Amino acid sequence: MAATLKDATAIVGIGQTPFAKQLPQSEKELACRAILAALADAGIAPAEVDAFASYTMEETDEVEVAKAIGAGDVTFFSKVGYGGGGSCATVGHLAAAVATGQATVGVAWRSRKRGSGPRPWKNTAVQLPTPGQWTRPFGLLRPADEIGMLARRYMHEYGATRDHLFNVAMACRNRANENPAAMMYDRPLTREMYMTSRMISDPLCLFDNCLETDGALACVIVSAERARDCRHKPVYVHSVAQGLPAQHHGMVNYWNDDPLSGPAWTAARHLWKQADFGPQDVDVAQIYDAFTPLIPLSLEGYGFCGRGEGAAFTEGGALERGGRLPINTGGGGLSEAYVHGFNLINEGVKQLRGASTAQVPDAATCLVTAGEGVPTSAILLRA
Amino acid sequence: MTATTDELLLPVPDEDGAPFWEYAARGELRVQACSACGRLRFPPRPCCPRCQSFESEWRPMSGRGRIWSYVRPHPPLLPAYAAQAPYNVILVELAEDPLIRLAGNLVTTADAALDSVDPARLRIGARVQVVFTEIGGVTVPRWILEKA
Ligand SMILES: [Zn+2]
Repeated sequence: MAATLKDATAIVGIGQTPFAKQLPQSEKELACRAILAALADAGIAPAEVDAFASYTMEETDEVEVAKAIGAGDVTFFSKVGYGGGGSCATVGHLAAAVATGQATVGVAWRSRKRGSGPRPWKNTAVQLPTPGQWTRPFGLLRPADEIGMLARRYMHEYGATRDHLFNVAMACRNRANENPAAMMYDRPLTREMYMTSRMISDPLCLFDNCLETDGALACVIVSAERARDCRHKPVYVHSVAQGLPAQHHGMVNYWNDDPLSGPAWTAARHLWKQADFGPQDVDVAQIYDAFTPLIPLSLEGYGFCGRGEGAAFTEGGALERGGRLPINTGGGGLSEAYVHGFNLINEGVKQLRGASTAQVPDAATCLVTAGEGVPTSAILLRA
Repeated sequence: MTATTDELLLPVPDEDGAPFWEYAARGELRVQACSACGRLRFPPRPCCPRCQSFESEWRPMSGRGRIWSYVRPHPPLLPAYAAQAPYNVILVELAEDPLIRLAGNLVTTADAALDSVDPARLRIGARVQVVFTEIGGVTVPRWILEKA
């Protein structure tokens, strides 16, 4: 049994479907296509898969997926809570299962038809009991409204401006413009477009919000030992963490003593404690970007800068390729695809393989994070 | 009561939250407090996270507070809200304990529309006072500026 997860497992296969506003296939078919692509990428037969991990708000389950792809007997499966906060935890759970001998080949996936499906806040009525009773009747209806509230306070407390949020949107868009698979590949963004776009929940405008996307992704995890025999250079799972802070309230962390220090801070403490390196050694980061303000908050939470310094960190092209911390090099949720953050995991693998469309030269370490604002998770990958 | 107002979402109280809404129906703003250590807590819950006591009481508040933050939602929104958009949603930190923050709407009078206040008057730190209005048979707190 491994005493630590550190580098005990590796991601050896990644797969994805096209990303679009509307795809004809069902979520189940998209999931199967992504998983089979990831297994083919790894050079591992579907019958060898014996572990699955997914996260909530996933409509396809492991029973259906395992049957469809022809998986073998499955001895480990888990489903992490809190939607986009669970993305990286799927890798963490599979790493733990493989490292402790509960399984040998693990698959994590995300399939969504958010582009053509209903908007989740249309179901607001079913969320009306706790905690919805304290927010929904007053018209705080959508994730953008909930995060906009934190964003306004953040801007007020630290002098952050819409230009700082624009820096985030622009970095993601610039990377998407380099990535033919991204939904915004051929759609450049300008400051004028950003500043004159319609508001969604003031202070957040259209370009502060992630894309509505149809698409699926998957990755394959095996032991470090087995990884050495796979087709691609292994990408080691160096450190993993989940974070549900004391007195946290998902999405509406307003009742916490300190609403601006969210789950990222909790996950980060554990993540760095287990790691051989620190934030200053991260070559490239894939930071969950359902909304632009999550980036400065996460930069602070994961220790790339001090409290209140996240907005200033975005200045001078710091987040761009060649900058201090290139982020979301596939375009992220803001400009590649919003598939609850799974594209960030696969993009981290591409960077450490040296195969990104916006490759950071000699990238050897990558931080990937899950949704901030909800109980979250993060992984450190190394080449 | 206009048709639009009738379609606003109504609070669905759970067991812990029900007293808040019952007091609101009597025009009282009350917050749950621990009977053992006295600490206010929100949202309400069965036991005190500080001392683990299950004994609680509902303490009357002055109804005064300050705007901690706010947003102005624009469509796409549920129809009843879209009809009044862009409106405001504010978070009010209560005078008794600034860590108790209530979501609500800043309005010119208790029964006014959600967009009745000039957006230029929305400001973090502005002092507000609670008022109550009835929507669809349920009384909800709203907020007016102390300096109207
Ligand atoms: Zn107590």
